[in-house]
Amino acid sequence: MSTNIWVWIAAILTLAIYSFLYKDNIIYKIAEYLLVGVSIGYTTAITWHNVIIAKMVVPVVDYHRYYMIIPAVIGCLMFTRFFKKVSWLSKIPISFVIGAGAGLGLPLAFQTYIIEHSKDTIAIPWHGGNTMLLVDAILIFIGVVATLVYFFFSVKHKGVVGKIANIGIWYIMISFGATFGFTVMARMSLFIDRMQFLLHDWLGLIH
Amino acid sequence: MNFWEKLSNLGKKWIYLMIAICVIVPLFFKFEFKMGKSPSTMGLYNKIESIAPDSFPFLMSYDYDPSTQGELSPMAIAILRHAFASHKRVMLMSLLPQGIGLAEGVTSRVAKEFNEYAIKEGKDTVVYGTDYVVLPFTPGASAVMLSIGESLKNTFVTDYYGNLTDTLECMKNVYNYNQIPVTISLAGSSVPKSWIIYAYTRYNEKIACGVTAVSAADFYPYLRTGQFVGMLTGLRGAAEYENLVRENYNVEGRDIAIIGMSPQSFAHLFIIFMIILGNISYFIVKKQKARSL
Repeated sequence: MSTNIWVWIAAILTLAIYSFLYKDNIIYKIAEYLLVGVSIGYTTAITWHNVIIAKMVVPVVDYHRYYMIIPAVIGCLMFTRFFKKVSWLSKIPISFVIGAGAGLGLPLAFQTYIIEHSKDTIAIPWHGGNTMLLVDAILIFIGVVATLVYFFFSVKHKGVVGKIANIGIWYIMISFGATFGFTVMARMSLFIDRMQFLLHDWLGLIH
Repeated sequence: MNFWEKLSNLGKKWIYLMIAICVIVPLFFKFEFKMGKSPSTMGLYNKIESIAPDSFPFLMSYDYDPSTQGELSPMAIAILRHAFASHKRVMLMSLLPQGIGLAEGVTSRVAKEFNEYAIKEGKDTVVYGTDYVVLPFTPGASAVMLSIGESLKNTFVTDYYGNLTDTLECMKNVYNYNQIPVTISLAGSSVPKSWIIYAYTRYNEKIACGVTAVSAADFYPYLRTGQFVGMLTGLRGAAEYENLVRENYNVEGRDIAIIGMSPQSFAHLFIIFMIILGNISYFIVKKQKARSL
């Protein structure tokens, strides 16, 4: 059994959270509020030291980079939202963020999401006559076209279009199934991690 | 009420209890399953193997918080053991304020454990600043990714402990992505996609990722297009990686993911069994009700 006080605290809090499985109770609520409080406190402390101090105070005070005050002031304009008369000033930092974000992100995102994936869907790989790769590529091509047709609502889903849309539904269902399977796996992994912590790190019952 | 009706109305507390039994019992009896080597795991392993020993460091970003550490920390541990055992240098960072504490904690623990093993076996130990470096949290995820492409040392002037990065042997002659052989993002969110946008598409940096199983389906297309050189998927991916490191380097240490695979398999079998049983029960009860009308 662990002699580390922090392991004990973590173990008790883990059990407190799992007590919710029986029913909602005060111990669970305490653990939940503690988590929220500690997370916010920790994030604030990290942000204060790594952002406000390291990125603004130190460059200005120690290295005399006074131009760093300009972005800091623009950032502080966000707080004008709390004052109705000057709240319009908060649009300045927002416009910087949106402008820079869209300008930097859009062309790169287009290349990443659309161009690369379209290329991969169209290109048929034939590396050393590997037929599985070919089958793979054909299945993906059919899946992309059929799913797109399913979401094309300007034409009635009848006849050939209806049949292709039906294939699209199959692809979507299979994708939902795979995602659900992965979700079960993920949730189970988190539970296994906690059980390993309780039985190994805390109680020392398993090795 | 007959058996099928009772089964249809089974309380969720009983299902929780049975799941708990399926997870806890296999932990006491070490059932080992034969571990596969999926191409996505091999992709990452081979990429790290291809880096010259004691040369430029690769970058690993802990883009997760404690809610997903159960799946992602075993990956980080396995990759670190691989790096330390094969003399590959590594820089650790996080784009999340909560992640940087995890990065520091996991890295120090693995380094300490590895050094104990290395001293016992008469092998080279790892030294902070020379073999690995922990970089501090810097805000603005996409801005950080872009900034590394321009200047790594301007992005991180100091390390996590306040040492100037210019003075660290590990980061000597490392200026931007051109010197970083691969960047690995361990994440429970869509952050690896941002790494593709800002590091791969913009700077042609090689990207790999370790993701939670719940988000894995979203990332497979990027593996297929070659935008990821490798990918670890959930606990299974971590277990495969642990197995590769164990087979090739025999590093001492608890293989959390491999141990976790047997309870995972038993729990999956139980869920499959319950889904089948639940469906049979649904149709039988429906038929019985139709008959009684």
